Amino acid sequence: MVRKDVCILDYGSGNVGSVFNLLKHLKTNVVVSNEKKIIENSTHLILPGVGSFGSAMEKIRSKLPLDVIENQVINKNKPFLGICVGMQVLAGYGLEFGKHSGLGWIDGVVDLIQSGENPLPHIGWNNVDSICESKLMDGLETINDFYFVNSYCFKAKDKGNVLAETEYHEKFASVIGKDNILGVQFHPEKSQGAGQKIITNFLEY
Amino acid sequence: MKKNRVIPVLLLKNGWLVQSREFSRHQNLGNPIDAVKRLSKWASDELIYLDISRDDVYDIKRDDQGYDNINSFLGIIEAVSKEVFMPMTIGGKIKNLHDIEKRLLLGADKISINTEAYKENKLIENAAKEFGSQCIVVSMDVKKTLQGNRVFTNFGTKDTGHDPSYWSRRLEDSGAGEILLNSIDLDGTGRGYDIELIDQISSQCRCPIIALGGVGDWSHFKEALDKTNVDSVAAANIFQYTDQSVYLAKKYLAKNDCNVRKPDLLKI
Repeated sequence: MVRKDVCILDYGSGNVGSVFNLLKHLKTNVVVSNEKKIIENSTHLILPGVGSFGSAMEKIRSKLPLDVIENQVINKNKPFLGICVGMQVLAGYGLEFGKHSGLGWIDGVVDLIQSGENPLPHIGWNNVDSICESKLMDGLETINDFYFVNSYCFKAKDKGNVLAETEYHEKFASVIGKDNILGVQFHPEKSQGAGQKIITNFLEY
Repeated sequence: MKKNRVIPVLLLKNGWLVQSREFSRHQNLGNPIDAVKRLSKWASDELIYLDISRDDVYDIKRDDQGYDNINSFLGIIEAVSKEVFMPMTIGGKIKNLHDIEKRLLLGADKISINTEAYKENKLIENAAKEFGSQCIVVSMDVKKTLQGNRVFTNFGTKDTGHDPSYWSRRLEDSGAGEILLNSIDLDGTGRGYDIELIDQISSQCRCPIIALGGVGDWSHFKEALDKTNVDSVAAANIFQYTDQSVYLAKKYLAKNDCNVRKPDLLKI
């Protein structure tokens, strides 16, 4: 097996600890860091996230070497996984508490879920249904409940970037992907076996 | 579709897992970390961990279990969060925003406030502003009195004089994300939930209601899910006694057309 070195990008996000614990549990070499060398030497990058779009982007810009990360992900095609707000910031901009620009790696905008009568935030276990085949969702055809906490969702410009959807009155993108750049709206680190499976799949990229 | 959750509640007293009856008698059930590992394997949707110690003595004395002595509730939580890959709510002894932050940093997803919500008017509001409503659970302990249902605090010893309907509305307005609704009279009896109370509160609140208190049979979960608008069903004692308890409960509910997450877990 090829050695995997995962770097969880450290910008002060609240759920870093649980993401780290999950990767440790899967017996992966994992570090939490924002150092150039470690980012460059890693095989996989994970961007966790909780909180609002704007405050996450502010911290990402001030704490992370974005030029280094962009070079690794965009030019060198290093596998990248964004979790929750870490997925949302892949969009061009987000509309939570005003308009904020994101990383813009996948075309789209982050807007409020049209939840109808259902309360927001959308908290709890919900189905994630694949709408096109992907390595990330491999083996998750029947057991596909994941744990969510979100009020906003990713509206992709190109529907081809939506790999799976979740229904909460409207159907929203719960997994997005463009080549090596992947994002999940739910929390794999809180989704028991299904969460571990999706992280294991990610490490196969 | 979003699922109704089935939630084991773990009561911790002086570092030990205990079972409770009518809020007063507590029987020791053993090492809490072992219990969490078990429940985690059995497809619980979430865990609620409540510290019901009256004093500050925490001590897991049994070195024979292969664990170090852990001398604080928070130490226990920290150890637990390394074993648990599901949402976790931590309650007990939370008095201010700093207490909340400490628990979230240790791996809690939500915190649960009870007595302090009555003592400190602005705590819920400030906590919701600081950390978001999604992580603020307020627990409400209800007891029948000659004046009707009343909300009690201080481990069920102090009558606040508030009607649960009035109080739940106020909690929701202050920013409570969820309400953990417990019946003191039915606690530990196994006679089933107080369906009337749960129906009343869950039909007037928009935030999710978690029912607790009285479950003695899997059908009690189904009864609450069928007859009320409750979002989640919780129990303590019943999950401790049967091997594979959560799995069996969910298998029963899935078979009886309840909207719960499938009991089978992916093996990695």
